[in-house]
Amino acid sequence: MKYLDEYRDGEAVRRFADAIRKITTRPWTLMEICGGQTHSIVRFGLDELLPEQISLVHGPGCPVCVTPVELIDKAIEIASHPKAILCSFGDMLRVPGTRGDLFSAKANGGDVRFVYSPLDALDIARKNRYRQVVFFAVGFETTAPANAMAVYQAHREGIENFSLLVSHVLVPPAMEALLSAADNRVQGFLAAGHVCAIMGEEEYKPIADRYSVPIVITGFEPLDIMEGIHICVKQLETGLSLVDNQYARSVRKEGNVHARRMIEEVFEVIPRKWRGLGTIPQSGLGLRGDYKAFDAEERFSLSKISAEESTECIAGEILRGVKKPHQCSAFGNRCTPDKPLGAPMVSSEGACAAYYRHRLITV
Amino acid sequence: MCLAIPGRIAEITDPSEITRRGIVDFEGIRKSVNLAFVPDAKENDYVLVHVGFAITRIDESKARQVFESLRELEALDELEPPGVSEPELEPETETL
Ligand code: SF4
Repeated sequence: MKYLDEYRDGEAVRRFADAIRKITTRPWTLMEICGGQTHSIVRFGLDELLPEQISLVHGPGCPVCVTPVELIDKAIEIASHPKAILCSFGDMLRVPGTRGDLFSAKANGGDVRFVYSPLDALDIARKNRYRQVVFFAVGFETTAPANAMAVYQAHREGIENFSLLVSHVLVPPAMEALLSAADNRVQGFLAAGHVCAIMGEEEYKPIADRYSVPIVITGFEPLDIMEGIHICVKQLETGLSLVDNQYARSVRKEGNVHARRMIEEVFEVIPRKWRGLGTIPQSGLGLRGDYKAFDAEERFSLSKISAEESTECIAGEILRGVKKPHQCSAFGNRCTPDKPLGAPMVSSEGACAAYYRHRLITV
Repeated sequence: MCLAIPGRIAEITDPSEITRRGIVDFEGIRKSVNLAFVPDAKENDYVLVHVGFAITRIDESKARQVFESLRELEALDELEPPGVSEPELEPETETL
């Protein structure tokens, strides 16, 4: 496919690996933020082409993985309501809550529908005026404009039977939380290209300055990732900590101003709880002003539900890059994609699932 | 989750501001996509599509950048003083 295949050229990938080897003189630890990048790295074995001194740790960049258990419980609670239709992206299907997942809620008779776009959920609301249609709005900045647009349209058209269960998280505050942790090992970042396609570059400059880390906005294909690593290592080797943009074909400096305006119209920045990381101040989005009327937590009086995470799952350490999936005692035995204990095994972009699919034989 | 797929705008079907829509072609598979966030994208432009929305227009002029930087890196290498030159490979002689 145009704009995909050309960035998978194995020969060029190897030439980049050589270029990286030539400039590396010391060990460096880099983190890729986005689960899509983790998936590419593991699938194409990019980490195995790198010099031994470079280690890649997989960051918290999968919104499915960081959605707290209690929000899954809330979604299940909504699904069990006889008058409700719960709509969600398919990724959330098997994410375990404390008592089962959305798939089992559906099997138990709940009306759970998997949709491709939040606008599909809005259409379901238009066609089922006597039912409450809730969209489980999970995502990073990449998905926020789409979810905001669904609410904006519902508000404009007076569609009162539509609401959002919001679990929106923001990337830069999570990077800061990781960098300021006592056990932090990350020295440079590959920032998430599609998040930046929306938000642009400006949020990263203060982080790069304050923590002296290079931050390279990077795409998702093998060549993008190799070039991102090259730029990052080159900065580290020369003592620089700048924001750089490897993914200029899709990311403008200012991001997408139209999409940002829509996010600001509908959402405001609030504290959020992350699975494995705890509550991070100013790290999420919630509905603002008039749009609060579209909050499913209010509509279904759900705010009382709270839940603790499983103790066996070390998702927190995986998401902070402190441990790799195969260092978890449940990996591949008690925890598999069919019977996941934690979210990183569920989502196809979760680090545990990526290792399970592509690395089980070698670990 | 943040997956976004490149596709070509084949046709604009709704030009209005908020509901701007078009048919995007993903090498044969065609989908109706919301184009409200890329108001300046025209037919035949490539966009990245995420959950039914075009989130950015792909800048054709920047698309070859990664290959150009690779070429520049290698050109720099060639400027370095040559080391011991490797002997050219002799074609293997067949023993009868
Ligand atoms: S292997 Fe399973 S239990 Fe272990 S960290 Fe990953 S998701 Fe959690």
